[in-house]
Amino acid sequence: MSFLIDSSILITTQILFFGFGWFFFMHQLFKDYEVRQYVVQVIFSVTFAFSCTMFELIIFEILGVLNTSSRYFHWKMNLYIILFILVFMVPFYIGYFIMSNIQLLHKQRLLFSCLLWLTFMYFFWKLGDPFPILSPKHGILSIEQLISRVGVIGVTFMALLSGFGAVNCPYTYMSYFLRNVTDTDILALERRLLQTMDMIISKKKRMAIARRVMFQKGEVHNRPSRFWGMIKSVRTSAPGSENLTLIQQEVDALEELSRQLFLETADLYATKERIEYSKTFKGKYFNFLGYFFSIYCVWKIFMATINIVFDRVGKTDPVTRGIEITVNYLGIQFDVKFWSQHISFILVGIIIVTSIRGLLITLTKFFYAISSSKSSNVIVLLLAQIMGMYFVSSVLLIRMSMPPEYRTIITEVLGELQFNFYHRWFDVIFLVSALSSILFLYLAHKQAPEKHMTL
Amino acid sequence: MASLDRVKVLVLGDSGVGKSSLVHLLCQNQVLGNPSWTVGCSVDVRVHDYKEGTPEEKTYYIELWDVGGSVGSASCVKSTRAVFYNSVNGIILVHDLTNKKSSQNLCRWSLEALNRDLVPTGVLVTNGDYDREQFADNQIPLLVIGTKLDQIHETKRHEVLTRTAFLAEDFNAEEINLVIEKRYFSRENNQIPGFPDRKRFGGGTLRN
Repeated sequence: MSFLIDSSILITTQILFFGFGWFFFMHQLFKDYEVRQYVVQVIFSVTFAFSCTMFELIIFEILGVLNTSSRYFHWKMNLYIILFILVFMVPFYIGYFIMSNIQLLHKQRLLFSCLLWLTFMYFFWKLGDPFPILSPKHGILSIEQLISRVGVIGVTFMALLSGFGAVNCPYTYMSYFLRNVTDTDILALERRLLQTMDMIISKKKRMAIARRVMFQKGEVHNRPSRFWGMIKSVRTSAPGSENLTLIQQEVDALEELSRQLFLETADLYATKERIEYSKTFKGKYFNFLGYFFSIYCVWKIFMATINIVFDRVGKTDPVTRGIEITVNYLGIQFDVKFWSQHISFILVGIIIVTSIRGLLITLTKFFYAISSSKSSNVIVLLLAQIMGMYFVSSVLLIRMSMPPEYRTIITEVLGELQFNFYHRWFDVIFLVSALSSILFLYLAHKQAPEKHMTL
Repeated sequence: MASLDRVKVLVLGDSGVGKSSLVHLLCQNQVLGNPSWTVGCSVDVRVHDYKEGTPEEKTYYIELWDVGGSVGSASCVKSTRAVFYNSVNGIILVHDLTNKKSSQNLCRWSLEALNRDLVPTGVLVTNGDYDREQFADNQIPLLVIGTKLDQIHETKRHEVLTRTAFLAEDFNAEEINLVIEKRYFSRENNQIPGFPDRKRFGGGTLRN
């Protein structure tokens, strides 16, 4: 009986998550496009719903809500469904939509998407070889094989995103890095842009007149049935078309210049807006936060280096350590069990919410930047794939932040993975990503004022 | 070439509706083989004989300014685009007949382009909601072009075309629905019929 009640509660929340994913898709991602293939929307919302259910089950685990056995059952079911979606459905549909876009292969798109899926499975399987992610006692067809590989991809992506975010966040928040941009700079650049456009226009006018003259002349001589006429037209058109090619090359160079000027002007406008924003209260608040985040970022990089160099993986989670410190060093006595449950709930809850929100925002930005009306379906499915893998690996890593009594269910359900490996891998990729982001931002920052000064 | 006057026409619309293909078709009399994203603005020129065959014949340069981007771009991109909207003689609004959202975005595009000229008179458009009044005293001629008619199934064409007819009326604009299909323009010497002067249109829709 209680199992039925628990199941119905979980299913209701799943439907709620599904609705939220649907809404997000309609109003944020696909704002400017028409949804023609509802399959895409359904897949995206389903992936989102099942991923969120996993987090929900963790929270329920900590709070002790619902029956243990029904939780365990739902964990297993959820995991199987998510893996099925991530390994079978989404890649297949990605292949299907890619094939539908390519004109040549349109007719046999089912066949080719199956082939594409098989190739994906092959590389996916090969991914597991160089990593020591499994204990050797598992068979080839167990669920741990799939989870371990999904985990590797997801953790890599998480660490890349974390590293870049940790560095980029202070860089964008703090106004120390803002270049000084005046209105005269912008006006000067706009003038240059318009001048370039005028030059392009005058050259195109010459080309249009030349073509018109050639066409009018050619009309008189050009009878395809006349042999001499053809020879003549070949000879007389030569100098005209040579001129045209030269002018065309100049026009191409000018057009490239106009594109660059356009992008630089847009950049200057963006910087000017940021300067104005930094003078408001919100801007000042974010500037202050930026200093905090830069300290946090430096600390994280430091900790990652220590972990790798000293080959250390934290044995205790932050909650228990925090409680230990307060009890032992500060002498404050309180009910450890009670508080550890609530604090870990809050901590884990914050981690989950911020990571979901951060991921959705990043996905939206990415989507706007790279999608077009043809490729929007494929890109949304790719994003759904990444989102699913990201959430699965979050569950893997979140295990570290929880006290031992709550970790059991994750260990039980996910099987005997080498969790330590994943943390080490996260640290390595995080370090690499953070350091390369610092380098990249440094170079970009240095280059911009130089470009600016040569104007 | 000072004897020829210039006419500046903006070509606006969402990404991927076919503005660059349209401009290429009008100016080069050829179908664009490999369309790619337009960054910033690309210009092309067409030489046109106004009132051809009559004693008042005059040859004009029509500059078609094809502005890239989407209507929901960041405000820094919009401010940069605004530099192209100066002293415009006409606006062509392009939408994709297979994508309803591109038609809905057209009024936002026209407001963005026209606001440049409305600002000196102090008329502020705050929420971008469509209002026929705003276009009532608009002096700049508008032309609405719908593309990709061939990609719509035969049975649905009537319904799509009636919807777009309402759209054109709302703008107080003239309308053309185009099929930019390769097989019509396969021979190099083929010249498409001259793009008729906007002021000579009567009401109603034309089908090319």
